[in-house]
Amino acid sequence: MPAQIVETNALSFNKLDLDPVTLDIIENALRNARIEMDATLVRTAMSPGIREQGDAFPLIADPAGKMIVGQFGSFIGGFLKSFDGTIEDGDMIFLSDPYSCEGAISHSNDWLVMLPVFKDGRLIAYTAMFGHQSDIGGMVPGSMPIEATSIFQEGVRIPPVKIWKKGEYNEDLMKLVMHQTRKPDWCQADLNALIASCRVAANRVVEIAGRFGDDVYYSATQELLARNHRAMKALIGQAIPTNKASFEDYICDDGKGFGPYKIKCTMWRDGEKVILDFDGTDPQSIASINFYLNENMFKMFFGIYMIMVFDPQILFNDGFYDLIEVRIPEGSLLKPKFPAALSGRTHALGRIFDILGGLLGQGTPEFLNAAGFSSSPHMFYSGWDNRKGREGDWFQLFQIGFGGIPGRPLGDGPDGHSLWPGFTNVPNEFLERYFPLRIERYETEPDSGGAGLHRGGNGIHMTYRFLADGAVAIHDDRWFVPPWGVNGGHPGKRATKVLERLDGTTEIVGNKVEDVEVKEGEQLHFITWGGGGWGDPLERDPELVALEVRQGLVTIEGAREYGVVIKADHTADTSATDALRTEILSTRGELELFDYGPGIEALRKACEEETGLPAPIQPVWKDRYIAEAAE
Amino acid sequence: MRYRLGVDVGGTFTDLLLFDTSTGNFWRHKTPSTPHDSSEGILNGVNAITADAGIDPSEIEFFLHGTTVATNAVLEGKGARVGLITTEGYRDIMQIARSFVPGGLAAWIVWPKPKPLAALEDTLTVAGRMDADGNEVRPIDEAQARGVMEQLKAQGVEAVTVSLINAYVNGAHEKRIGEIAAEVFGDIPISLSHEVLPEMQEYERTLTTVANAAVRPVVGNYISNLRDKLKDAGVTGKLSLLRSDGGLMSSQKAEEHPVNILMSGPAGGVTGAMWVAKNAGHKNILTLDVGGTSTDVALIENLEPRRVRSTDVGHLSVRASSLDVKTVGAGGGSIAHVPELTGALRVGPESAGAVPGPVAYGKGGQVPTVTDANVVLGYLPEDLLGGSFQLDREGATKAVQTIADALGVGLMEAARGIIDIVNENMFGALRMISVQQGYDPRHFALMGFGGAGPLHVNAVAKLMGSWPAISPVSPGVLCALGDATTRMRTETARSFSRLATQTDVSELVALLNEMAAQTRAELEADGIPPDSITSEFEVDVRYAGQAFEVPLTIDQTALQEKGIDGILARFNEEHRRLFTFNMDTPHEIVNLRAVAMGEALELETTELEKGDGDPSAAKIRDHTLWMDGEERAAIIYDRAKLRQGDMIDGPAIITEMDSTTLIENDCSAVIDAAGNILINPKSNSGTGS
Repeated sequence: MPAQIVETNALSFNKLDLDPVTLDIIENALRNARIEMDATLVRTAMSPGIREQGDAFPLIADPAGKMIVGQFGSFIGGFLKSFDGTIEDGDMIFLSDPYSCEGAISHSNDWLVMLPVFKDGRLIAYTAMFGHQSDIGGMVPGSMPIEATSIFQEGVRIPPVKIWKKGEYNEDLMKLVMHQTRKPDWCQADLNALIASCRVAANRVVEIAGRFGDDVYYSATQELLARNHRAMKALIGQAIPTNKASFEDYICDDGKGFGPYKIKCTMWRDGEKVILDFDGTDPQSIASINFYLNENMFKMFFGIYMIMVFDPQILFNDGFYDLIEVRIPEGSLLKPKFPAALSGRTHALGRIFDILGGLLGQGTPEFLNAAGFSSSPHMFYSGWDNRKGREGDWFQLFQIGFGGIPGRPLGDGPDGHSLWPGFTNVPNEFLERYFPLRIERYETEPDSGGAGLHRGGNGIHMTYRFLADGAVAIHDDRWFVPPWGVNGGHPGKRATKVLERLDGTTEIVGNKVEDVEVKEGEQLHFITWGGGGWGDPLERDPELVALEVRQGLVTIEGAREYGVVIKADHTADTSATDALRTEILSTRGELELFDYGPGIEALRKACEEETGLPAPIQPVWKDRYIAEAAE
Repeated sequence: MRYRLGVDVGGTFTDLLLFDTSTGNFWRHKTPSTPHDSSEGILNGVNAITADAGIDPSEIEFFLHGTTVATNAVLEGKGARVGLITTEGYRDIMQIARSFVPGGLAAWIVWPKPKPLAALEDTLTVAGRMDADGNEVRPIDEAQARGVMEQLKAQGVEAVTVSLINAYVNGAHEKRIGEIAAEVFGDIPISLSHEVLPEMQEYERTLTTVANAAVRPVVGNYISNLRDKLKDAGVTGKLSLLRSDGGLMSSQKAEEHPVNILMSGPAGGVTGAMWVAKNAGHKNILTLDVGGTSTDVALIENLEPRRVRSTDVGHLSVRASSLDVKTVGAGGGSIAHVPELTGALRVGPESAGAVPGPVAYGKGGQVPTVTDANVVLGYLPEDLLGGSFQLDREGATKAVQTIADALGVGLMEAARGIIDIVNENMFGALRMISVQQGYDPRHFALMGFGGAGPLHVNAVAKLMGSWPAISPVSPGVLCALGDATTRMRTETARSFSRLATQTDVSELVALLNEMAAQTRAELEADGIPPDSITSEFEVDVRYAGQAFEVPLTIDQTALQEKGIDGILARFNEEHRRLFTFNMDTPHEIVNLRAVAMGEALELETTELEKGDGDPSAAKIRDHTLWMDGEERAAIIYDRAKLRQGDMIDGPAIITEMDSTTLIENDCSAVIDAAGNILINPKSNSGTGS
């Protein structure tokens, strides 16, 4: 049964004709309201994940649930379809269960608050925001257990419930929820922050409607959707061909020794509509790397990529949704069946962006970006503190890492940056003050960015020295299948994690591991992957390559990938460079549009030797949904 | 020796304002800026204004100066070549820049990453380590330090900065490396991060230290050149510069810590607005400083401007106190355009700048701007700058017509649309500093200044509900007025980072006293009489775990009487105002600051001659303009001839040498005792605030 909207004022909104200026003013005012949501959140949240790193996403929607401003597109329409209850003035909805909202949020760590906004008895808007909670209980600190095989092991699951019901706060509910987490202080503060942000935006919407009139406000939101629809229709007509194009990429492994998992997407235009079909994507995993991909969210990703790649002038909203059809096979990695585990979805979520880039750009290489830092590696460290004054205190760190931005048509990919909007690193002095840690190194990893006319950004080499015994968990990918280069650019280097024991011995640990015991004084080298290169590296200015050697971004050996020979004084050797470039030119074949590296089978063969880790085993599905890994 | 001279150097004009502190009389002057050497323009102005006042330049006691020289050095990358020493393992600190990519999802595709302020090849590391409590983990490698200094010297760096991890708790390693740098380089500016900014967060501290070092030589040259030129001209008074936080600092101090004058320019407008507000009897003011390419807005509550702990210049955000000035890319030169795919009307942030400028200026501008729309609507009469400058109305009309055609509306509708949108952008910026900070704009008056502020102030006041809209006396030289009327200021800050429950009030008091003594000594060293110095304290508090601190001003007596709980109660109140909720979480006292200030200027203000309420003696001519959907009759007045108490009904235009005030159709204005134009809605004859 769909949600029942209770309005005390039955009058429907009148759709008026608006002048373009009023329309732009209302759009601008809504954008400002959204910026205000972000600011409120960051200032009041407490977990480093939200307050320092900005892992949260706001939106403002119309009464039908269509996003007018925001980032990830609206899930509200789907939510309303399946919510068996009323929506009334004074209500506020709270939820975290991906299976209750068609994957609008894709793992239980993301807590979502949604506020229906009523004005004079009529529903005029929704404001909503979700943010990543650092701990929601479950098997492991951080609540993202790699060992999980079902969502029940991944912490508290909150179906859509009312945190406020007709203006009355449900305190018992919140006590129950907060009782499930290892970090109730962070969760409470972050939830307060989400709520405060939604309220701020709701106030703004009511003010805007008050200023222009409810009908004008409502009509403006509808016209903004229509305007976006028109712009995207034109853009799609220009940029998307009617013949089918496919692109595929991989998740390296599932944390249980199996992989890689393929994600495939095929795109074509049928009349004015774009079809995006994930047929050919591997079935769901028994492990937690499944990514419940909401169709609307993917439409938004597609739209944003189209806009950023082809025409950054357009402002996006949900208006273009009916121009796109997304087909995701049931029981696949991207639409797993309940109760599949979902907490490790970050890798597939990230990979979706590389796939979109490859899919959209392959027809127009001048707009094509290389593959890059299409994930957000996680690091968890927890235990009992031993520092003076904090002896016996429980500590728990969840940190998101960054790496190399891919080589781009615009130029080099920035080193050690975030692909996620608004994210920043946690200051290392902050880590050292509040956790038993010393960060011995925080630099980029030389040569990790793929060589190219435009170099891929380097990944980050971060060295944690643990000052208290504890346990570590790592979630990372791109350690087996490299990030591809384009237009002649080389692939970026892969990720690796090295533990340095007290006696100086080192061991390679995996990229999806948990409950790794660490002792006081030991060090973890957390090295992320680089972005793929863009364009022929032999065309890069040798002086620039030499400069980057002096800057420590490229090594003397690495410079040879550009065909550049560096002298002992770290300047370019012109004649030797010419000779080397001539030699490379004569032996290499035709440059391909994509350079994926040697291919899956060759990667498997060389895996142990190159990465220090056993090659992942090809998963075999007994039936459509269950991986062999269940044995 | 009773004269104070305020001098503000802008991109186009150098503005001067001379104050006679014994009578309250003042003179103003505007002269073209001379970008190749600003001191030329300044001297032209000094000669002209002293001649006008009939005084000798040597009679100027204080030469008070706002300048964008530091800002421009950063924005144009013309700072010194800075060598940076960081802790081993942190060479890429400026390259990584906290990993931040501005913009939304996928914005990385189109983001041009700026180059670090200290080049990566000039950034080197030295082994050695302090821990988070300031204990030495590993000593520094002195031989290595010497080696990297030799390398930097060979590379030709012009300044050295040292910024090590955890130096904010213990600067011993930085000091030692600084000594080694001095030994290797001899005479070269050396900046140590724990001295420039003893606060946690390695990137921000490093950036601030590097920015300081980068602009130091530029500012140093500028000041010594200016000092020499002034001396030649017979100006022997004390030279002070306006800080970003609205206080003054001696020119010597500014040379050492130029990071504090990065926002000197916009700060002048705000301090000028404060002076006007005080004399006009308004305590709460929103400022609207409209220039050619951008608009600056700020909030003044109870005659105190809001300050923030960072200064944003271009893409850089350094940790130095500044007035909380928000800037939007909306000014007279903002370009209007209609993107083909959406058919939306966009105004700015691209600007025609001073060159080629708006079409109406006839300097080669081709695309329609806000100024052109103002000309088309009749808001800007054809003769600017007292008739010395004729506007090209025909060209402006042609340009705005392209917008009308793209939108499918009439010429006037399109022009007013451009104005409405640019006003809306200003409104958005004003909301950020008022509503978003928990202030109700209806409790504030709005003051418009800068070249185009008085043209927009009435319309924006309507949007804000902030009355009256004020067009101050001499809106075009308000920055210079601010330079002339503000007072000396210095401050020091320290990280404290302790839970309130673990803080002893006597320890806090002792620390604050120590910091107060330090700041007072600094002002005394600049020749400020000790008995005229006042001290203030600020404590930053947050809920333990939050990233955002709420700065609270406190005084020593209240602290001793009410203790820590008094501070916490204030915090809770402020947090609720800002964010609508409080929590049970423990409080953390994050930073302490002490501020010392010189004496505030007390001046008699001269009163404008009283009139009979009828402005007709000031009438220049009849006029028509387009407003609220139709052509309307209006009158143009000469501001210089208006008298105290004159009442003017809108629509009307009041012109003066360098500015034009527009009174909207449904509003009326009155001239106050000081000559300010106060505009209110016709239905509401009171002052509204």
